[in-house]
Amino acid sequence: MISTKEIVVPTASVTALGKRDPLGDQRMTVSLGPQHPSTHGVLRVEVELDGEVVVAARPDIGYLHTGMEKTMENQKWQQVVTITCRMDYLNSMGNDLGYVLAVEKLLGVEATPRTQVLRVLLTELNRICSHLVWWGTHVMDIGAMSPFFYAFDQREKILDLFECVSGARFHQSYFRIGGLQADLPDTFMPLLKEFVAQFPDFLKMANKLVSGNKIFQTRTKGIGIIGAEDAINWGLSGPSLRASGVNWDIRKSEPYTGYETYDFDVPLAQDGDIWARYVVRMREMEESLKIVQQAIDRLPAGPIQSDHPKLKLPDRDLMKQHIDVMIHHFLLASEGFTVPIGEVYFPIESARGELGYYLISDGKEKPWRVRVKTPSFMNLQVLPKMAEGQLLADLIGIIGSIDIVLGDIDR
Amino acid sequence: MSILSEIIGTVKDVIDVARSTATGMSITLSQIPKAKKTVSYPEEPVTIFQRFRGEHMLTRNADGKENCVSCFLCAAACPADAIYIEGADDPRPYAERETQDHRYAKIYRIDYGRCILCGFCTEACPTDAIKHGHNFEWAVYTPGEMVKDKEYLLKNFERDKDLNIKLV
Ligand code: SF4
Ligand code: SF4
Repeated sequence: MISTKEIVVPTASVTALGKRDPLGDQRMTVSLGPQHPSTHGVLRVEVELDGEVVVAARPDIGYLHTGMEKTMENQKWQQVVTITCRMDYLNSMGNDLGYVLAVEKLLGVEATPRTQVLRVLLTELNRICSHLVWWGTHVMDIGAMSPFFYAFDQREKILDLFECVSGARFHQSYFRIGGLQADLPDTFMPLLKEFVAQFPDFLKMANKLVSGNKIFQTRTKGIGIIGAEDAINWGLSGPSLRASGVNWDIRKSEPYTGYETYDFDVPLAQDGDIWARYVVRMREMEESLKIVQQAIDRLPAGPIQSDHPKLKLPDRDLMKQHIDVMIHHFLLASEGFTVPIGEVYFPIESARGELGYYLISDGKEKPWRVRVKTPSFMNLQVLPKMAEGQLLADLIGIIGSIDIVLGDIDR
Repeated sequence: MSILSEIIGTVKDVIDVARSTATGMSITLSQIPKAKKTVSYPEEPVTIFQRFRGEHMLTRNADGKENCVSCFLCAAACPADAIYIEGADDPRPYAERETQDHRYAKIYRIDYGRCILCGFCTEACPTDAIKHGHNFEWAVYTPGEMVKDKEYLLKNFERDKDLNIKLV
């Protein structure tokens, strides 16, 4: 065999390369993205390569920055829900929920039992919906085409449910401070039951098609490993953290909207590689379905609006008959309500991890400061560590496995 | 011995991969006889839900008079500043004027370059004058065309009944 030392490099190319030693360090810096479909949005990764091996990967973010936090500070408290759902557009219900709960905590208002159950139901549906997008795109990145279509077929059913209940497929703004946009329409429950009945079959098929696939397992096992200690130190959260064996789920550790009353497990995996993150999310879909089923079974009748007098626009018929109600309606629609002076941090478990809203109120109709701790932002920071020493082709799998949404990162 | 186990491992891998591929193909092929999930839009109508928040319409009452009383509430409630209104007075009696009240909107524009279809305007309107229709076919070539005036929005009220959609 001929060793690399014996290869004679033509002098011309040496001069073309300048001073670089052609036999030593042949590193190359490549820009992955921002217009690359596998970066899941507008992410640019500056990859330093030694042949096919990634020496360093530096995520370059900010392409989607639209100043959403600042925009929120210029909206009335209630109007902000139209912006929160646009940050993490795959987990819009969850994003609305976090904000709404934070403001309700500041106001000292608790939602009615029916609203609480409906919020859990829709948020968990949204978690499934978000994981379906992750599953379809992640598996497609790794090289399987058809799972994408099966995933989006299922997702379409959930989006139909959202459209049925709120009128919009992505940016629902359905959760409102103190309640909901409107009660369920009659067409919702039959559709939902139809979905819940057929979804386990889909999961079974998905597991047979992809999880049991030897090629997929070979591409994912032992790649992009992050240990439990590193995961905690880097601030990972959500399924990416639980895949490293850390049992931390805000639905369990700091339950909100009555999550403590639902019976569900938090899926864990120990290896911290792509495969572990895959397994955790697949099992999370099963658990979310369990929660949805329980929510359907226990959905109580009753009002959806908490009895705080200021939060909801008054009853329309009453408003058209009485001048005082009409004036109340006018004031609320044009000026909104005030929130007592104070600050609050409210974390929830979104599909990607810990989503926290930090709000400061100066007692006016608009928030003084809104700060959002988004899970994707934290989860992306660990990419350089996961990618180091891996092949370039595996970097694509690693990006997919941390399930980032660029709207969530840049806001 | 180690070469033998390596060979056995490789053979096992090949069998595993072949089996995985066969399973994948069987699932893919089993989809063929199943019912089609796509819709040949625009030849076939798409399904739209009753609550769908589409392009707005300005409604008329039973007598065919415009419901809007130019109260500006929709504009105040709009998080995107998409609505522009100028009010005016029509002193004529009810039977002669176009509007249900003396006060009416002389100019009423929605800029769909700004509108985020959140539905806050419809919730704020005290006279149910502005409603979401079910139209979503509104692609245009220039941003200026995205600003829809009152006549267009009023016509949407009639147009909504014969849209190419399946309403459920
Ligand atoms: S739907 Fe929302 S953004 Fe559009 S005009 Fe109405 S209030 Fe404004
Ligand atoms: S559409 Fe409704 S809210 Fe807007 S100005 Fe007319 S009456 Fe007032």
